[in-house]
Amino acid sequence: MKILVCISNVPDTTSKINFTEGDTKFDTNGVQFVINPNDEFGLTRAMWFKEKQGATVHIATVGEASVEPTMRKALAIGADEAIRVNALPTDGFFVAEQLAHIIKDGAYDLVIAGRESIDYNGGMVPGILATLLGMNFVNSCINLEVDGNTATAVREIDGGKETLQTTLPLIIGGQKGLVEESDLKIPNMRGIMMARKKTLTVVEPIEAVKATKDTKFDKPAAKGAVKLVDSVDELVNLLHNEAKVI
Amino acid sequence: MSVLVYTESENGKFKKSAFEVASYAKAVADQLGSSVTAISFNTEDNESLGAFGVSKVLNVSDDKLATFNAQAYANSIAQAATKEGAQVIIVSSSTNSKFLAPILTAKLKAGYVPNVVAAPDSTAPFIVKRTVFSNKGFAHTEIATEVKIIGVSNNSFGLKENQTTASVEAFNADLGDGDFAVKSTEIDKVAGQVTIADAEIVVSGGRGLKGPENWGMIEELAGVLGAATACSKPVSDMGWRPHGEHVGQTGKPVASNLYIAIGISGAIQHLAGVSASKTKVVINSDPEAPFFKAADYGIVGDAFEVVPKLIEKLKEFKAQNA
Ligand SMILES: Cc1cc2nc3c(=O)[nH]c(=O)nc-3n(C[C@H](O)[C@H](O)[C@H](O)COP(=O)(O)OP(=O)(O)OC[C@H]3O[C@@H](n4cnc5c(N)ncnc54)[C@H](O)[C@@H]3O)c2cc1C
Ligand SMILES: Nc1ncnc2c1ncn2[C@@H]1O[C@H](COP(=O)(O)O)[C@@H](O)[C@H]1O
Repeated sequence: MKILVCISNVPDTTSKINFTEGDTKFDTNGVQFVINPNDEFGLTRAMWFKEKQGATVHIATVGEASVEPTMRKALAIGADEAIRVNALPTDGFFVAEQLAHIIKDGAYDLVIAGRESIDYNGGMVPGILATLLGMNFVNSCINLEVDGNTATAVREIDGGKETLQTTLPLIIGGQKGLVEESDLKIPNMRGIMMARKKTLTVVEPIEAVKATKDTKFDKPAAKGAVKLVDSVDELVNLLHNEAKVI
Repeated sequence: MSVLVYTESENGKFKKSAFEVASYAKAVADQLGSSVTAISFNTEDNESLGAFGVSKVLNVSDDKLATFNAQAYANSIAQAATKEGAQVIIVSSSTNSKFLAPILTAKLKAGYVPNVVAAPDSTAPFIVKRTVFSNKGFAHTEIATEVKIIGVSNNSFGLKENQTTASVEAFNADLGDGDFAVKSTEIDKVAGQVTIADAEIVVSGGRGLKGPENWGMIEELAGVLGAATACSKPVSDMGWRPHGEHVGQTGKPVASNLYIAIGISGAIQHLAGVSASKTKVVINSDPEAPFFKAADYGIVGDAFEVVPKLIEKLKEFKAQNA
């Protein structure tokens, strides 16, 4: 089985978010970038397929050279090879077109992406990708088993979960649950040394439309101070008469 | 030319979010000088959409579509969009809508913007406001394609009545085997439970509750309020509560009218996912807990004392206001 894990390079979850150039750009100053948490679960699941079922695991990222440290980290976790498409990922459709091109050439059986990137929260790359390629697709995937050509996936639904049967080639939008939090792999020294020698191929983007463009950013209005109350009577009164939520 | 809205239902009945997306669609249609067509699957009370400005309903009635199937639903909506010459398609932010919207996007070569919180800033150019960075910011995003898809954030636009008469038309899309290549084999869902996505009120517990055996009072409080239950990430990681209850940046987003956080410190990743809630109440024994800075109301106190009292008080209140 040949697996591609799509890795999105995102600000660390503790990052303070600021905008620059007249609020038209995200300010990356002082921001630490990491593997998108949803992709980290997917990558660890891919490692499981590698260890238990002899899968080959490649990773791909659409991004400029600055994303390479995040890609090396994924290689240190155990991916075999990496492909970087040298373009700024400003639109989900554009990113999906780039990844589709790589997947067509690479003949992957399984593509593991994340439910969403935690930066722009688009949640669209895997679904667009699957449709462009005519591959089966399961989103919000919290468990995946592959047996020969068949796949059993579990997805989260509002208020529960649903089990689905399908066949490879398959694309999933994964999230926590694919593996347990405690099983997430952290690169060790040996992994980091080996990652330096692994192949990281850089390819130029293909011509593709950018369907959307962010014109301006702003931040939520500052919050008023909390009202501390001493009794539940007062709280219920405020929730009813002031906030009008009960 | 029209605005097409996908109105979701469960057991033949429209969900509340269906009326919200219909309200949103009407606002867009007014801006464009056009009208709203809804597409619904196996629903009964189709005329009820008229109250929110829908003038035509394409009703799909098909046993094969009794359970949600992202591919088949997306293909049906795509065909309805083409038939109606829809310029703009509106969906909700439910798990199912977020599953089918990207498929629809690729089929129609559309531009898709999810998590939209307001009617379009402008329609030429077409710009919408959405949350980004897990509610830490907003982007005003231009959609440049001919067909535009908007995912409306739950509870952000609200219900806006707009009395219209909705005509109902049967609609059946041309679906093939390929549309059913992903098959549902089992659905595991507690019947009658309020879900985090649909809830007006969410009651959430954190590590301060010490152990899973103490969730009885959280469930009771939620029961009194007709609320959904949720939890912080460590609580689900430790297996005290199911994964589906984990809310925050890496869990489910919460955008309820009221969010009550009990024994939750208010870490940045937790706040990012729940801050879209309109009113936030914090119950925490530590006055320095960061969550108080993000809350509207707070009680500094021991959850094991405060919560039982709150349950009693709310029962009294409900009895009086019933
Ligand atoms: C990549 C990443 C992603 C993450 N994503 C999420 C996410 O999506 N959602 C999320 O929730 N977290 C997330 N986290 C974890 C987050 O950083 C915090 O660790 C977590 O939110 C803390 O959970 P908590 O508030 O329940 O526990 P704690 O931080 O341990 O807080 C417990 C609170 O309970 C209070 N308390 C104790 N006893 C009582 C009592 N008797 N009565 C009342 N109060 C009491 C304490 O004062 C304290 O404030 C993420 C972390 C990382 C690194
Ligand atoms: N620039 C990118 N390069 C590679 N994969 C990406 C990129 N952006 C998004 N993805 C993948 O698509 C998933 C969903 O991202 P998004 O649609 O941006 O929310 C991510 O979890 C990644 O798996």
